Amino acid sequence: MTAWLVRRLAASIAIVVAVVTLTFFLIHLAHGTPCVLPEGRPVPPEVCQRLIIQQGYDKPLLVQYAKYVGGLLHGEFGLSFWQRRPVIDALRDAMPNTLVLAGAALLLDFTLGLALGVYQAARARHFGDIALGNAALFVNSMPTFWLGLVLLLVFAQGLHWFPVGGTHDVVLCARLDSLRCLGDRLWHLALPAATLGLVGAAATARYQRAAMLDVLAQDFVRTARAKGVRERRVLLVHALRNALLPFITLFGLAFPFLLTGAVLVETVFDWPGMGWLSVTAIGYRDYPVVTAVAVVASVLVVVGNLVADVLYVVADPRIRVPGE
Amino acid sequence: MTVWTWLALAGAVLVAVVVTAEARRRAASGAPGRRFFRHPTAAPGVFVLAFFVTIALAAPLVAPYPYYLQIDVVHLADQAPSAQFLLGTDPYSRDVWSRLVYGARISLGVGTVAMLVAVTLGAVVGGVAGYFRRWADTVLMRVVDVGLAIPRIFVLLVVVALWDRVSLPVLVLLIGVTGWFGTSRLVRAEVLSLREREFVGAARALGAGSVRVIFRHVLPNAAAPIIVSAALGIGNVMLLEAGLSFLGLGVPSPKASWGNMIYDSWHKITVSPWASLFPGLAISLVVMALNAMGDALRDALDPRKEGA
Repeated sequence: MTAWLVRRLAASIAIVVAVVTLTFFLIHLAHGTPCVLPEGRPVPPEVCQRLIIQQGYDKPLLVQYAKYVGGLLHGEFGLSFWQRRPVIDALRDAMPNTLVLAGAALLLDFTLGLALGVYQAARARHFGDIALGNAALFVNSMPTFWLGLVLLLVFAQGLHWFPVGGTHDVVLCARLDSLRCLGDRLWHLALPAATLGLVGAAATARYQRAAMLDVLAQDFVRTARAKGVRERRVLLVHALRNALLPFITLFGLAFPFLLTGAVLVETVFDWPGMGWLSVTAIGYRDYPVVTAVAVVASVLVVVGNLVADVLYVVADPRIRVPGE
Repeated sequence: MTVWTWLALAGAVLVAVVVTAEARRRAASGAPGRRFFRHPTAAPGVFVLAFFVTIALAAPLVAPYPYYLQIDVVHLADQAPSAQFLLGTDPYSRDVWSRLVYGARISLGVGTVAMLVAVTLGAVVGGVAGYFRRWADTVLMRVVDVGLAIPRIFVLLVVVALWDRVSLPVLVLLIGVTGWFGTSRLVRAEVLSLREREFVGAARALGAGSVRVIFRHVLPNAAAPIIVSAALGIGNVMLLEAGLSFLGLGVPSPKASWGNMIYDSWHKITVSPWASLFPGLAISLVVMALNAMGDALRDALDPRKEGA
């Protein structure tokens, strides 16, 4: 187990190194320079020259690469052209927002997806199952940002139940106590999290329904029913416990989905997270920020996969660790 | 003008109905075809797709206005759907229905071509990795690991950040080149088992070279997973293109794609919601049709894994 874990960890690190190398050379092939002002106007040549020398953009590529990797090891991503501050500071501001959004979305995704999947499996091939199945297929086929726009239009612009964007009310939160401010933040979180969570839940429900149906066809379920265990208990205890394994796979798959969705949903709801940061940075040709977000996103995906793999081995004794 | 619009629309619906009925009639002669249409969502899926393909192909006949025409910026911007403007006009006073029709060309075209690029690459890489194994397999699969680790949209964001304007062919190529990793894994797994079968040994004994064995004998037998992943792949690519265009980084205006139609009009979504809602509805319907057909195809081509 330990040997497998070490090898798995080494492979993950190798993937991250490859991603860093790839993005570094991709960006530097395009000769990015720090010569843009926040308004996008060109910088005077003498200032530009100074910035290039100051930030080491005149050095040979391999020297820059070594410096970049060395910086990454210390948690440095270089300087943002646009924000005129270390990229890591911009990331530090944006990351918690994305993690809150993704966390809330994942919670909704898994709870709603699980409930729907179990209900559909219990009512398989009946009206409720078919109606929900088609609804889930439709939601799963929507562009996330479009669902966001629809929710925005109906619940924020139309009914005024929720705010149209942002993470909190800056003016109000400064005056309110922290508990009321938390409430305000949750109120702002509702629509973006619902957008991502609903699309995710539609996919989760499809998986969970299939997993439940697989388990319900097995002998031990028939035994439980034959013993006279009530149907509710058969479903929620006997079957569900065994149908939870796919959740680990879904957990691993959720990272790319949530991060991709975040890019679009954050734009719709003006949510200053990593996706918003990346999209805004493109407008300023701010390569260090765009690259850093891509690297961080990849690290999150790799870590998610690693955690899912380990959970699998821990949760399912039938799975033998490869090579043992 | 308006009568012609309605006639063209009715014609497109008629074509789609005929295509669906004809597909159904032909499919009835074979077991996979019957399994395909036994899926309750398969026939509606074929119909929806046939409808949008028809209006895309016949765009100049179906669209009442040119897609780029700003009819009357002062008086006819943000018009609600009416007899004159079937789906209303957008903030730049362009006819939403006309743009939707021409957008079908771009959105479906980008989806199809990018998917073909991705599936071809995936099939070749998966075939080579699975057939030769050893170092070819190791190297290619590590590349796939890296490819799968970076969420696709971030790669595209990095690349888009490098160029001022990405032209349509380059965009299609980029989406294709970043989308083959999953398919190649699927194909490799299939090829690993196929290469041990007797017909492969027989082909080799007859003197067929590796290239011939892979492309003539192994890959055709791995067609089922390739076709299914292609059907599901188009939908994903269309969503990706829509997302990029929505961020203003994909297909540039005045060309109409369903994504950039939303990009062009969502800042006025309270004034003219139709300009943002209908393109999104079109994407959702087509992707749903493709997903439904993908599910049905999977059951039709692989009866062992028949879903409930």
